[in-house]
Order: sequence, then C-alpha cells, then structure tokens
Amino acid sequence: MKRYIATIVITTVFLMVCESHAQQAKPPAFKYQKDALVYAELAKAPEKARAKRNPLESDPDSLPAGKYLFKDHCAECHGDNAEGTKKGPSLRADEVQNAPSGSIFWILTNGVVRRGMPVWSKLPEPQRWQLITYVKSLGRVPAKPEASQSANP
Amino acid sequence: MALSLRFALFQLFLLFAFVFLLPPPAHAQENPYFVAYDHYLEEPGNLEIEYFSTFGTQRGGNDFHAFWTEFEYGATAWWTTELYVDAQTTFNDSTIFTGVKWENRFRPLKQEHFINPVLYVEYEHKSAADKTLKEGEGHDVESDFLAPNAVARKDHINEIELKLILSSTFKGWNFTENTLAAKDLSNSPWEFGYALGASRPLALKASATRCSFCRQNFIVGAEMYGGLGDRHSFGLHNTSHYLAPVLAWNLPSDWTIRLSAGFGLNDQSHRFLLRWGLSREISGFGSMVTRLFRGRQ
Repeated sequence: MKRYIATIVITTVFLMVCESHAQQAKPPAFKYQKDALVYAELAKAPEKARAKRNPLESDPDSLPAGKYLFKDHCAECHGDNAEGTKKGPSLRADEVQNAPSGSIFWILTNGVVRRGMPVWSKLPEPQRWQLITYVKSLGRVPAKPEASQSANP
Repeated sequence: MALSLRFALFQLFLLFAFVFLLPPPAHAQENPYFVAYDHYLEEPGNLEIEYFSTFGTQRGGNDFHAFWTEFEYGATAWWTTELYVDAQTTFNDSTIFTGVKWENRFRPLKQEHFINPVLYVEYEHKSAADKTLKEGEGHDVESDFLAPNAVARKDHINEIELKLILSSTFKGWNFTENTLAAKDLSNSPWEFGYALGASRPLALKASATRCSFCRQNFIVGAEMYGGLGDRHSFGLHNTSHYLAPVLAWNLPSDWTIRLSAGFGLNDQSHRFLLRWGLSREISGFGSMVTRLFRGRQ
C-alpha cells in the first residue's frame, strides 16, 4: 500500500513540476525583451568563433538537409517558418541574418541555457553547419505574411 | 510468464496511449546508452516517454525479464526531471512491481566545455526484487538475485543516489564518465559505482532526403559499468561489471529504438543481459498540462 501511495505522491509532484514550469509563460512584452536578450548572446561569441566559416556553405546537400534538421529540432521553438514563437525568437530577424555564421554556430553549440535555448552540440558539427546554411537562406526569402505579422511586436 | 507479458504490454499500451494522445512529437537525437548518461538534457517543455526491457541470465536460479517506463521532462534547459516505474518477471516464479524512482539532472555550467559536468540526484523507493540493473553499485552481485520474488519483495529500500556525469563531445564522438554514490536511507554505508560510455553516429552529415536507414540515424557505441564497493570496502572485490555494445536508431517518424547486449566481465556478474527500448519525445507537454488545469487561453 505504501508503494502505491509513494507512486501517487511522486507522480503528483512530477506533474506539479511540469505545471509550475509551464505556467511561467510570460506576456508578449516580456517575450520581445527576452528575444532581445537572446539576440544579444550572438555578440558574446569569442572572436575565434565568429571568424569560423561555414565549410558546407556551397555543398548542394546542405540546404535541403538543413531544412529537415530545422524542422526536426528547431521549428518547435522558432516556428515552422522560423518566424519565432512564444518559446523562441525569430531567426529571420536582422540580428540573426546579419550575424556571422561562426556566431550562430557558437550559439548552437553552447546554447543560451539560462534563457531556455538548449545546447545543440549533440548534433555533429557538419549538421550544425547544415542548419546554419538553411537559417541563413531564410534571409533571402520573405516569411509568409501571417508569419511576419505574428513575429512583429 | 503470461503475467509478465500483460505487465509489459500494459506499459507499452501506456507509451502508445501517451504518444498518440499528445501530439505533436519532436524529433529525437537520442544517445544509445542504457546505463551511462551524457550531458544532454531534455529540451525544455518536452516529455520523453520510454519503455525499456532487460532480459538477464541467472546461474543457479531462474532467468528474468525486468522492464520499466520512464517519463522524462525538460523542466528548463538546465534541469531535467524523470519518473520511473519498474517491474520484473522472474521465470517460473512471478511478475511483480518493484518500485518507483524520481531522478533529477542539473547542468551547472552555462556553456559547452571540453568536459561538461551534470549533477544527478535520484530518490528510489523500491524492493530488493528490483532487477532493472540500471546501474552497478556497491557489492551488488549475481547471487543477490537468487531470492524468490515473494521473499525479496518484502525488503523495502529507500535510497538516495548521486552521480557526477562528466561528458565530452569530440569530432562526433561522445565520451562520458559517470561516478555514483548511493545511500540506503536505513543504516547502510555509502555504496559506489561507475559507468563509462563512448558513442558516435555512423555519419556526421545529414542527408538531403528523409530516410529511415540513413547512416546518421544510427548511433553506435559501447558502455561499461559496475560497482566499486562501499565505504568500508572500496574497490573491485566482490563486485560485478559489464561491457555492452549499444545501438540507437533514431527514426524519422520520431521514434527511437535502442538495443544492447551486455556481457558480464567476472564471475560475480550475470553472464548475459539483453536490453531493448522504445521511446518517443512529445513537444509542449508543459503547455498541455497548463491547459489541463486552466483551460484553453
């Protein structure tokens, strides 16, 4: 009997953890402030990291592969069209599109853990570069109208 | 045996029910380890539901099949919390529920380093009939598993387990080293153990098309784990150790399949452990729980 009670108690605590975390969703004004803080992290990339070139920039497979990787790993937080969601900022923003590929690679590798962006070094380096090829290509294609509206404050 | 099948099927049913009731799934890039941990935590707000089985041989007694379900939730990018529900079947004996565990992993450093530490804290409420072999600790040896379920299940254990996980990623390889200290909350000494792991995807570049059998979907490696005695008799004397090649197959359909064949390295170890697992990651679980309590907003 004790074990069943323990199971119920632990399950309840587990759900409460999920609930309390989820309730931390903040109003839109906070979101844009938070996005700005995440964008600011790009500037923190060390000079050596910023100077890195994307070795797969001209690889023809890089763009389609990066698109799949984005859909699998990034779209959940950054939106299907990378226009941003409540969980993650837009990757079509100038802050990202004008950032050196090396800085984006550095952010992908290190995450912005305290602001909710996980570490993505579990993706092998070539896959991170493929992702960056795709993200950088978004600057050349306008987002869908409804997507860009939702991305603007 | 029939009861074991029912238990296992029930856990699998729970997995499928959760998976199909809680869309959308998130594509996983899971490591292949069963015992060792790397430094990657669950993505925030995501829930990963995992079912695992271990078939083990037993000298001088009945072979067994232990199985468990894990609910792994990314509370933040630096904190993952996980609930386990464990059971086992000992052939020609019985099938029993063996306990629950609540595990938490914390990432103390903000950035990626050559060696990345993760702190692990777990509370276990289990019986001595637990045969999941999720870690090697203290002087746990094969002969401890000989007690019939009816006897072993009467012995309850409340245990705190601490781990220091040190993990590195280098040129596509993951290397991880876990050290373990466990304390039965009754008057027992601290027990120690270790787990080591190395793994790598078969291909580092992603392919330009969706495919199930692309090499990048397969992660292969090996893990080694065992006990290191306790506070009074630290060392390898009277401890068990295992070496196991491991494989994870991350399917484009968002499922992950894991397989491992473990071999005992000394006479105190089970000769053979066959493990397999099935998991799926659900994105936005935290938001779903909020809607459950508050209604849609």
